[in-house]
Amino acid sequence: MIQKQLAGWNASAPVVEVDGLSIAYSGRTGDTAVLHDVSFSLGRGDTLTLVGESGSGKTTTAQALIGLLAANGRITHGSIRLGGLDVTEWSSKQWLRLRGSHIGLVPQDPHNSLNPVRRIGDSLAEVMNLHRFGNAPATRRRVIELLERVQISEPELRVKQYPHELSGGMKQRVLIASAIAMRPALIIADEPTSALDVTVQKTILDLLDELRAESGTSVLLVTHDLAVAADRATHVIVLKDGRVQEQGPSAAVLWHPQAQYTRALLADAPALSAAVRTSDDVRAQLALSQHAEPVVVVNDLVQVFSRGRTLPGLRAVDSVSFEVRRGMTHALVGESGSGKSTIARAVMGFQKPTSGGILVDGVDMTSVSGQQLRQARRRLQMVYQNPFGSLDPRQSVQQILVEPMSNYRIGSARERQQRMLAALDRVSLPATMAAKRPHEMSGGQRQRVAIARALVLEPTVLVLDEAVSALDVTVQASILELLSEVQRELGTAYLFISHDLAVVRQVAQTMTVLSHGVAVESGITEDVFASPQHPYTVTLLDAIPGRRAQSRAL
Amino acid sequence: MSYILGRIGQAVIVLAIAFTAAFVLLQALPGDALLIKFESPESGLSPDQIALLRDSLGANIPIWQQFFDTLGGFLVGDFGYSVQSGTPVSVIIASALPNTLVLATSAFVVAIVLAVALAVLAQLSWLPWLRTMLRSLPSLFISVPVFWLGIVLIQVFSFRLGWLPVINPGPIEGLIMPVAALALPIAAPMAQVLIRSIDDVLTQPFIAVVRSKGASEWWILSRNVARNAVLPALTIAGLLLGELISGAVITETVFGRAGIGRATEQAVTNQDAPVLQAIVVISAAIFVLVNLLVDLLYPLLDPRLKTIATVNA
Repeated sequence: MIQKQLAGWNASAPVVEVDGLSIAYSGRTGDTAVLHDVSFSLGRGDTLTLVGESGSGKTTTAQALIGLLAANGRITHGSIRLGGLDVTEWSSKQWLRLRGSHIGLVPQDPHNSLNPVRRIGDSLAEVMNLHRFGNAPATRRRVIELLERVQISEPELRVKQYPHELSGGMKQRVLIASAIAMRPALIIADEPTSALDVTVQKTILDLLDELRAESGTSVLLVTHDLAVAADRATHVIVLKDGRVQEQGPSAAVLWHPQAQYTRALLADAPALSAAVRTSDDVRAQLALSQHAEPVVVVNDLVQVFSRGRTLPGLRAVDSVSFEVRRGMTHALVGESGSGKSTIARAVMGFQKPTSGGILVDGVDMTSVSGQQLRQARRRLQMVYQNPFGSLDPRQSVQQILVEPMSNYRIGSARERQQRMLAALDRVSLPATMAAKRPHEMSGGQRQRVAIARALVLEPTVLVLDEAVSALDVTVQASILELLSEVQRELGTAYLFISHDLAVVRQVAQTMTVLSHGVAVESGITEDVFASPQHPYTVTLLDAIPGRRAQSRAL
Repeated sequence: MSYILGRIGQAVIVLAIAFTAAFVLLQALPGDALLIKFESPESGLSPDQIALLRDSLGANIPIWQQFFDTLGGFLVGDFGYSVQSGTPVSVIIASALPNTLVLATSAFVVAIVLAVALAVLAQLSWLPWLRTMLRSLPSLFISVPVFWLGIVLIQVFSFRLGWLPVINPGPIEGLIMPVAALALPIAAPMAQVLIRSIDDVLTQPFIAVVRSKGASEWWILSRNVARNAVLPALTIAGLLLGELISGAVITETVFGRAGIGRATEQAVTNQDAPVLQAIVVISAAIFVLVNLLVDLLYPLLDPRLKTIATVNA
């Protein structure tokens, strides 16, 4: 065990004691309070989860605990004690001794959290060099030992590699190894898995759990995902707008919530809610539309990407077939690299498939080009994951919504104006929004604008590529509600692409599970959930956060 | 490997284009050096004698043949003869080049030192007003022309203060002011790019992770930011070399130093095409060579580019 050299650190005191903490950020218009009177304590070996939406103050709290508030942030009231030490007034120099040695941080986005021009071994040794772990051979041995501990294969090879040569899950393991290198008393994990695939998310959280159990380290887990909290935490704090809504043992908070807000959060969490329809409902719906031609028919689709002269081509999509019927939703589910977005691009006619057929509303998307393709796209619109990236920041909402109509020369200026207002109304945005620009809106409002833009052309098919993945759970719930409302009223067919099985269960009647470009399973969503046939589907279903907690509660 | 060969191939093509462009432009000049030298009334030569001279100097053979003769000469290192003085161009270049290389290299090194020092100070200064001031320095100096700076330096340090002689200075003393005049306008854009790229790197999430390990600001800057931030600065450094070459011409003229700059100025005045042709091609060669080096350095500094380079290969 490494000696805790820091004078005053008391191993028998609670690792974290926060008392009446208030934090404000100063800006041009004066101070903005972001955290109000938050108190909690975290004992040795416990996991405390801070749950809340963006802007709830959960990350600010975590930053304060490691002395890394933004330059304009300061503690206005209350105190923070770590291992019995009052660190509230500490200078940045005092913090240097504590950071890394007593507190480890696991960051949110593993892809950008390792220095791109340093070898993995050097990045991992850095924390040990900073805190004088030992001489070079001892540090090297510890690096290998740590990589083995976080289950990274071939550690001797990995230390010489650079971050871009590792997968996201592996990078996060390296970052966890770095956080635990000095055997800290506290690990702060700020949304450690939100940038990772669901199966990877599970293994990473399992690893954190194991480390906590074996070394008695306390974990402060920051997440927006109640289901993750439910699975992992001994204690839960629910934050909203910088105020504690509810706190206590996780079972009490999650299964007997007292606060109105916690109940709303639980109701909106797709992973914790029950099925919205039975497979018999879907069968009846399918029977009704049997005589009509499906609006999207994908038949034996193959997409091969060339990888240079030496390597064989990559079969990104391998003989995939599915149908989408009018007024219904078909989901493509899979992890990154499964080929789901490639299929979406082929359906949109952005890229010609190697072989196979795609019929959209009777048009063969594999053979049309030029004017015909342009006309076909009018019936076929797309909504992307990141509403900020897919809206022109220099255009007002009005310009964004009118542009597709001017593009296809639909109606007079007045009619366009009317349709623009109707589209805003359809996505429940006030007409006053028309003058705003994307940066003046919230993430949920932006995604509503993106949906409104897709709807002004009255398409028969909407391709939704991870359209709700970047949104907070309450916003996500309202967008999903909006989508099903639009579908009921306009009969639009949705091709819904997602890695999130819990969301898919809520919106899609039928689904296809993709793995490495192959459709391993497809059918009615509830049937797949009730009795998955393929082992990969079972893995995916097991990885849905909240399942563990649910089975415990039953 | 084929990444390197590809880059070298590109460099050769650029050089060939520079040679051709220079040749065409110099030939397209109205009048030529022979006219300036012999056809003025003072030379007292008759039109017949001039025609004979033109023949013997090869001025009357077809232009495309001249082109290939010159090109062939350049390939074996024969740059021809100065029309004005009759000395071989290679002799003129050989006597002028070392002076200019000393000037340009010193200026380049000083510029890098200045730029790095400024960027680091701007980052580590604890006084906000000092930071702001250091950050606004580069944009001020970018807009300062070399010739003006040279004249001001001479005015202040030689004439007013009398610290540095302008006429017949020693080898070191003679370098100080020309190097300063040349280095400052180059240091400025370099510092600007460095400050920007350090700012960019500091906002990256991995810096927050390093900070969470207990690293001080100096540790972060020297061990994590530096190598990431130097890439954009390297690109600019390669491009600023062009600035350095043209700056050398002006500096040498202002300070009356012998060198390529002076040789260029004289050759232009006399329309001495062979000398100009050689200077243009040699300057282009240096420029291309340095930028080739920069290109080859990238993969060494940023391992991500190495992968791309081998994948493309």
